[in-house]
Amino acid sequence: MAFKNEGDQKAYWKDNLSLLFTLLIVWFVVSFGAGIIFVDLLNQVQFFGFKLGFWFAQQGSIYVFVGLIFFYVKKMNDLDKKYGVDEE
Amino acid sequence: MSVQILTFLIVGASFLLYLGIAVWARAGSTNDFYVAGGGVHPVLNGMATAADWMSAASFISMAGLVSFMGYDGAVYLMGWTGGYVLLALCLAPYLRKFGKFTVPDFIGDRYYSQTARTVAVICAIFVCFTYVIGQMRGVGVVFSRFLEVELWLGVVIGMGVVFFYTVLGGMKGITYTQVAQFCVLIFAYLVPAVFISILMTGHVLPQTGFGATLVDSSTYLLDKLDMLSTDLGFAEYTSNKKSLLDIFCITFALMVGTAGLPHVIVRFFTVPKVRDARRSAGWALAFIAILYTTAPSLAAFARVNMIETINGPQATGTSYAEAPSWIKNWEKTNLIKHDDKNGDGKMFYSGDERNEMTIDRDIMVLANPEIANLPAWVIALVAAGGVAAALSTSAGLLLVISSSVSHDLLKKNLMPNITDKQELLSARLAAAIAILIAGYFGIHPPGFVAAIVAFAFGLAASSFFPVIIMGIFSKRMNDKGAIAGMVTGITFTAAYIIYFKFVSPEMNLTENWLFGISPEGIGTIGMLINFAVALTVFKFTDEAPKEIQDLVESIRFPKGAGEATGH
Repeated sequence: MAFKNEGDQKAYWKDNLSLLFTLLIVWFVVSFGAGIIFVDLLNQVQFFGFKLGFWFAQQGSIYVFVGLIFFYVKKMNDLDKKYGVDEE
Repeated sequence: MSVQILTFLIVGASFLLYLGIAVWARAGSTNDFYVAGGGVHPVLNGMATAADWMSAASFISMAGLVSFMGYDGAVYLMGWTGGYVLLALCLAPYLRKFGKFTVPDFIGDRYYSQTARTVAVICAIFVCFTYVIGQMRGVGVVFSRFLEVELWLGVVIGMGVVFFYTVLGGMKGITYTQVAQFCVLIFAYLVPAVFISILMTGHVLPQTGFGATLVDSSTYLLDKLDMLSTDLGFAEYTSNKKSLLDIFCITFALMVGTAGLPHVIVRFFTVPKVRDARRSAGWALAFIAILYTTAPSLAAFARVNMIETINGPQATGTSYAEAPSWIKNWEKTNLIKHDDKNGDGKMFYSGDERNEMTIDRDIMVLANPEIANLPAWVIALVAAGGVAAALSTSAGLLLVISSSVSHDLLKKNLMPNITDKQELLSARLAAAIAILIAGYFGIHPPGFVAAIVAFAFGLAASSFFPVIIMGIFSKRMNDKGAIAGMVTGITFTAAYIIYFKFVSPEMNLTENWLFGISPEGIGTIGMLINFAVALTVFKFTDEAPKEIQDLVESIRFPKGAGEATGH
């Protein structure tokens, strides 16, 4: 057993899942939300030379995806350390 | 120097580089061959993953597709990047901790069932083969167009190079050549894009040039494009043509399919640690994003450029006799056709009855440097980039095919007693045979290569993805649920696609589709069916045994991840 006790193991997994769901909500909102479902609404807004909805669909969502993964990596490394289950 | 000689030099030099790397990174064991000894640095692995992922289709076809589809092209842009978020958050770290060589390995062990393993092997081999055939074709097309050799010779040369470094180096050779190939392909993609962006908008970055004003006016590029499009009888560039529901489903199927593709997943077994698997997914997406955010910019530039070149500044058409050389060059390949309907000796391109041009979408990236009058070495560079993209993806796919045969079929199923050496030999043999088969289909392609891409993603989305997710996030999920889910998901998706694409293509119309979802997007429904069936069957059968539940517990945290092993 890598964890000190079963409670720790449960708490680690719970924290992991809540981070996961938060990030997946962002993932969904920028791509399916801003880029598809609300695209017509957001297209009313001008963002530099882009219509905002179009920008999210062809540019913005991709930048957010990259950011999400690196944020996740950082948070998970912290979480691993906190519970003493990292690899060092 | 002529374009042809330059192309020979640049493509030739890149081949020497790949071969040199292959000799340096020979594989000595099955561990080297399958997962590069598990010792690849995460940033390099990210580059290799990016090259593995970005195929001839991404490099050659995608910007052209977006250019003709406008907003709707976002399904590919988001679909083929968003899947990496799912991979990084939901799959890669856990599969790396699990520490086996292949996806069928995970499915077979987690669901303690040879049947599940066999179903997974068949899916993996099928998905990879459909993919690799298209790549071989891509190599052939680039060769035949820029080096003016016959298509079959182009395919044979491409096969020879892939053969050499896949069979010799396995995953280790492939990984390091892919790093080199990534550099070649991304450089080749960016150079013309940056040139054109500067010419048209004065911005160095195509990503900001995309939203900027044109150099000679105060009109935004995209507004100009919308105006041109509506004037010429096309739909507005920035608004949707497909229904939003269909766009939603296609994007979702491509994302989930990406996360379920075996040749992508297996890349995360090659890094030393779980945290490296997470980081590596981030780097992979960052490298992919460079191309995927450039592509839509390039698409818009190319479209404005093309329309203005053909229709002229007054939008009344230009003389065919004085047409620029790229039009004549591409006419030879039948990818551009001009039909002077009104007999005025001019070319005119539009979306209505005035149209006189037939333009193949695939030429946009390859012809772009010529359209923008860029120097000959840029054109040669683009050819080398296209070949790099096709070779890197083929090699990754061939490796999955060979490991599925030698590891999952032979070692784990038919001949469990073979030694490591014999297994390595059979992996090499399997790779060699797979290359020959892929090459044959590259020269004699079945008529449905394009349709089959939808197939590969749909199948991966409706079979692998749900089963792997449930295998990690539900520790009690059992073998019967998983097998029932995989079989129903894949059968439904395959039946839907086969019906509309192969059996009655004439029925492939919006009004006949289930809820208006096209065959490209049906994998999303297949995935939901897989989940639903698996959970229902699970409700009425016994949960997974204790030792499997412990195994699942143990892959949920990084500590104690050893090297990936097959035993």
